[in-house]
Amino acid sequence: MARPARSFRQGTKPRLAVMKFASCDGCQLSILNMEDELLSLGTVLDIAYFPEASSRRLAGPYDITFVEGSISMPEDVQRLADIRQRTTWLITIGACATAGGIQALRNWADAEEWKRAIYPHPDYIRSLSTSTPISEHVKVDFEVWGCPIDKRQLLRVLTDIIGGVRPRLPHHSVCLECKRQRQVCVLVAKGEPCLGPVTQTGCGAICPGMARACYGCFGPAEGPVAAPGAPPNTHALAQQFHRSLGLIPVEVIRRFRGINGYLQPFREESHAWESTEDTHNQG
Amino acid sequence: MPGNPPKTRTIKVDMLTRVEGEGALHVTVRNQQVEDVQLRIFEPPRFFEEFLRGRHAREVPDFVARICGICPVAYQMSAVHALEPIFQVGIPDAIRRLRRLLYCAEWIESHALHMYLLHAPDFLGYESGMDMARHHPDLVKRGLRIKKAGNALLACLGGRSVHPVSVTLGGFSRVPLPRELQALADELRWARDAALETLRWVAGFDFPGPEQDYTFVALQSSVEYPMNEGLIASNRGLSIPASAFEERFHERQVPHSHALQCTLDGASYLAGPLARLHLNVDRLPPLAKQALDATGLRLPFRRASLSIVARAVEVVFALDEAVRFIEAYTPPSMPAVPVTIKEGVGMAATEAPRGLLYHRYLVGHDGTIREAKIVPPTSQNQLRIEDDLRTYLPHVLHLPTSKIAQGCERLIRSYDPCISCATHFLKLHLHRSESSALVRTHRHYP
Repeated sequence: MARPARSFRQGTKPRLAVMKFASCDGCQLSILNMEDELLSLGTVLDIAYFPEASSRRLAGPYDITFVEGSISMPEDVQRLADIRQRTTWLITIGACATAGGIQALRNWADAEEWKRAIYPHPDYIRSLSTSTPISEHVKVDFEVWGCPIDKRQLLRVLTDIIGGVRPRLPHHSVCLECKRQRQVCVLVAKGEPCLGPVTQTGCGAICPGMARACYGCFGPAEGPVAAPGAPPNTHALAQQFHRSLGLIPVEVIRRFRGINGYLQPFREESHAWESTEDTHNQG
Repeated sequence: MPGNPPKTRTIKVDMLTRVEGEGALHVTVRNQQVEDVQLRIFEPPRFFEEFLRGRHAREVPDFVARICGICPVAYQMSAVHALEPIFQVGIPDAIRRLRRLLYCAEWIESHALHMYLLHAPDFLGYESGMDMARHHPDLVKRGLRIKKAGNALLACLGGRSVHPVSVTLGGFSRVPLPRELQALADELRWARDAALETLRWVAGFDFPGPEQDYTFVALQSSVEYPMNEGLIASNRGLSIPASAFEERFHERQVPHSHALQCTLDGASYLAGPLARLHLNVDRLPPLAKQALDATGLRLPFRRASLSIVARAVEVVFALDEAVRFIEAYTPPSMPAVPVTIKEGVGMAATEAPRGLLYHRYLVGHDGTIREAKIVPPTSQNQLRIEDDLRTYLPHVLHLPTSKIAQGCERLIRSYDPCISCATHFLKLHLHRSESSALVRTHRHYP
């Protein structure tokens, strides 16, 4: 996914743009929440387009563009294509941009509504029936995950790119971080349906730290160490939720169909439980 | 003006900057008369009220936080306060006060962001807070440090400052140890002093423009500056519980906006810090009250630009409450009271940094949400912003179009509009007529 590092024009500051599609603004806010680094960032970067923070709006091309939000309106597609043309690095920030976000839950609901419509006129739709990640539409150079993103990860990616290093973030499960912090396992010890074993690290294992189950903000982790890049074992975890913790199928579906529910491993797991749900009394 | 001025001119701000979310302004002037003012909100709708249906009541705090990255706590607070009465949960005072502390933290970070990085640059003539820092580094650093103190408190209580994770029905998943809060006390004391300096600083700004005859709407409490409790009140005699909100407040759709416009008895009104301060100034504790008095500015504030003073007062108040709370803190005996899910309907309004935030939920027997209604502050202020512009524009029509556009944008910005919040609620609806099937977005009414 990551391209080799590219050098910027000698003697010029890299031009940064921050673009927004459907989102809550929380990931952009994570940039402004770098209170200690914000002013120095302004000295190493030319913040050329960041309408939430500045009235200065320079047209591209840009060296680095952060894209927040998912594609959910017809005009988004063209706007995104234009952004892609005008930037060297296109980096998605947050679950909306990398996974379609919480608003991707419409991807299930609307499918049903569409089925009932016989002759829909797409011209009249001001909103698409789906919310999709940026990577479904254009080439993405790097993805920063999380709902919200972690500002330390963002800073690391930014300094890597400025320094000419290919950015890299860990994709392993949040359990490793949780164990390093010596948290008591909320799944094993408390019987909570924790998504930590299949969720990517990066948040700092804050949910177990707050005595509750992980709900998957950082999206699916990569699988076991033996097979890097393999999907996480969502099936075993779902079985554990159902058999050992007593979650009924609809509850298993809700666990996986959340903030990152549209990403493949979570999406497939929730689909797998739908057939079970049909034969199960939900009470 | 030389020559013949054009009879019709359009004043456009294609992209409002230094506001949360994306919107635009279109003004049409014909024969020197303001014909039309449209605050255009083109931020995509995200359908929260739709996809909350079928989710479990216990999931609601995590879900609604995602409506707004700047004020997630407000959504969590309105949600739990709307839901808990359905389940007949009594919240102990210790948890009630911790929830106020969490809200204080959000007011601090949100207000500091707006005052220093978004709003103050207008008064000093800069295009951003970063730009302002070139000439006023110490000022901007002070603002960032206050903001950081608020975020640190949020993270202490909620795990992180954006979309905190600890809010549950009945209380918190975990409450902080005394030493965890103590560790923040010195910085919060510094921030309280810095907030007093901030108030003195912003009170010295110029506040140009015509006065407005605002209908202020906010929670009003007899005992404290309101956050989670109180009646919905106005300066024109309104005083109702949240359960009566929908009898008096009505939303309407306009073609130029993805956000519904909310009205009180058919007219615009103002929610937010100016309204809160006006209706609750007597409940301000001594430090904040005296600091406000010392500015020499007298209520009522009838200009939107004066909201920066109201925000500064509220930051003093929130830091003062936080410091005093931490100094006397002993943790509640348990982080949350047990909640047994029942069916029913519940509603609540709390005070988000930007103003009144109303939620209503219908919960089914299986604990899932059957219906949700959320009315955020910016959709309430939308019509008020347009009315404000209608009063303002006749005073500036002699200026060049670019200057007028700048003035309008500045006026809109003083409301601290959160456009991302405002556009969550439209329902994708299918309308079929004989010749064709139309698809429009509009609000679902139960």
